[in-house]
Amino acid sequence: MREVAIVAFAQSDHLRTTDELSEVDMVMPVLHQVLAQTGLKTSDIGFTCSGSSDYLAGRAFSFTMTLDGVGAWPPISESHVEMDGAWAMYEAWVKLLTGEVDTALVYSYGKSSPGSVRDVLTRQLDPYYVAPLWPDSVALAALQAQALIDAGETDEPALAGIAARSRESASANSHAQVKGSVPQGDYEVQPLRKGDCPPVGDGAVAVILAAGDKARELCERPAWIRGMDHRIEAHSLGVRDLTDSPSTRLAAERAGAFERPVDTAELHAPFTSQEVVLRKALQLADDVTVNPSGGALAANPIMAAGLLRIGEAAARIHRGESDRALAHATSGPCLQQNLVAVLEGDAR
Amino acid sequence: MPEVLKAPLVVEFPFTRSLGPVQSAFLTGLRERTVLGVKTTDGLVMVPPVEYDPVTADELRDLVEVEPTGTVTTWAWNPEPRRGQPLDTPFAWVLVKLDGADTGLLHALDAAGPDAVTTGMRVRVRWAAERTGAITDIACFEPYEGAAAHTEPTAHDGQFDDAVSGIVAAARLDYVYSPGRAQTAYINALADRRTVGERCPSCRKVYVPPRGACPTCGVATTDRVEVGPAGTVTTFCIVNVKAKNLDIELPYVYAHIALDGADLALHGRIAGIPYDQVRMGLRVEPVWTEGGRYPDHYRPTGEPDADYDTYKELV
Repeated sequence: MREVAIVAFAQSDHLRTTDELSEVDMVMPVLHQVLAQTGLKTSDIGFTCSGSSDYLAGRAFSFTMTLDGVGAWPPISESHVEMDGAWAMYEAWVKLLTGEVDTALVYSYGKSSPGSVRDVLTRQLDPYYVAPLWPDSVALAALQAQALIDAGETDEPALAGIAARSRESASANSHAQVKGSVPQGDYEVQPLRKGDCPPVGDGAVAVILAAGDKARELCERPAWIRGMDHRIEAHSLGVRDLTDSPSTRLAAERAGAFERPVDTAELHAPFTSQEVVLRKALQLADDVTVNPSGGALAANPIMAAGLLRIGEAAARIHRGESDRALAHATSGPCLQQNLVAVLEGDAR
Repeated sequence: MPEVLKAPLVVEFPFTRSLGPVQSAFLTGLRERTVLGVKTTDGLVMVPPVEYDPVTADELRDLVEVEPTGTVTTWAWNPEPRRGQPLDTPFAWVLVKLDGADTGLLHALDAAGPDAVTTGMRVRVRWAAERTGAITDIACFEPYEGAAAHTEPTAHDGQFDDAVSGIVAAARLDYVYSPGRAQTAYINALADRRTVGERCPSCRKVYVPPRGACPTCGVATTDRVEVGPAGTVTTFCIVNVKAKNLDIELPYVYAHIALDGADLALHGRIAGIPYDQVRMGLRVEPVWTEGGRYPDHYRPTGEPDADYDTYKELV
């Protein structure tokens, strides 16, 4: 199989509001940074793929606006997923594996500040039986958290510990929205407190993928994608065992995650309780460094937070801080859909 | 930086959804205070029922009736109900395994407080006073003292008089929309009866209306340029369909107009000339109505038509 690597990664500062910026204003600096890292121009890129959601923008075909930021004229080879950018990266990876192109630019962004993200996310639920009840994203995560507590897999102090560790790690991340010591606060939806929930914010992320020698040419230590897979759970929440994530486990297995231990895991767990589920599904050992970036509890731009995890994992390989990293992205309520990528640096 | 414009934006739509045979039976059943499930290939009873087995993808049609009583499998206390949720007083979200069912139904539980809710507690359906064939026909669940009924679910033919075949799922999302820096400047200038675009620092093209980026070069356009007021019709169409609430006589002409100094044509209505005399190259100018924040339409200036070569790049 053709070797494909992440050769560059850039992200915006993640902020509660960015009123003065349109989506393209927010995305463009990130695109320029990631291109500058490789010396590529947009016209050098073989394939461009983006992820975003019209429901955040409140406007149809909103992604076409940010396409201006990559110089879409003259015509470029381009695609878009109405999902987190991690899935856009999956599409780009497949495109590179076909041999059709040697480089790809993948970006995604979310501007949650214009709307109420808890309400917006209800619109992705089953429209017949669930969406008419408007259960918001925090409520559904809280049902999962209670199931974990009942099963004896965690408790509120343990969840608070995950929150504290994540925000402490984020202190070293200049882009993070919430960092340092943050009080757990009151219950949002019991058993989840404010500190167990991700911040609502705006942000953007971009990565560049390249194949084989092109990757070596563009990056001193490419983050090779050894495997990537994504899977989904049954649609109805009441059918699932909310304390487990078989789709994550299967995706990880297909991505080769269990072949050798990883040293780093960037997990897309917007809620503290979801880290408990993911650690179990991914069989992570205690010595694995989990979410050194702070994870989604420190910055959770919807549609970008998953690709951010992959980018953060790749950046640690670029910097020589990791040799084999796992990156995970999720979408939908209670870890409905899960993507796992395994990244490696060349032996040193 | 001048203040960026902001305005409330409400996106609202009554989605009309048709139901398949299983969903129709389930929702009609709720209207009749009857809870139906469906048997999967493995013999499990799914409530709410689906049309295809989540494991095998087999088509499921084997309906059964289950009890309106059940057991909470997990819960979450919601101290501040949000718009559209089943109760407007604090309540618990619950997954309930109804007696006879093997899967959980998501709904609300009306309880005194979080201390009154536990996993494993017994609950029963509280029916809505007015039922239409929708999940909201279950108003909520309420605590119930009775023990679990261990009766086997009974087969049900799913037939009801006057079965519902669809639902209307009203969706409403509230936003505060901001058009960003570039379009704010454009809209503010329009209110002063001026049209401003932005020039790309790389290719020098002037975009109107500006979106803040050059789609050719992928860089920010920050150099503001006043264009117009007159322009040239680059192409047009004759509209014969009346849009709802539109107070314009048919037929009318809608055109692409390249304002003088702009490198992108914008849209506008052409009036002040019979519709069948509008042509490519026609020179036009904006007409503002009293208090209008944008041109109502464009009318001929009376100048000779523009030469095709002057606007062919913009067609």
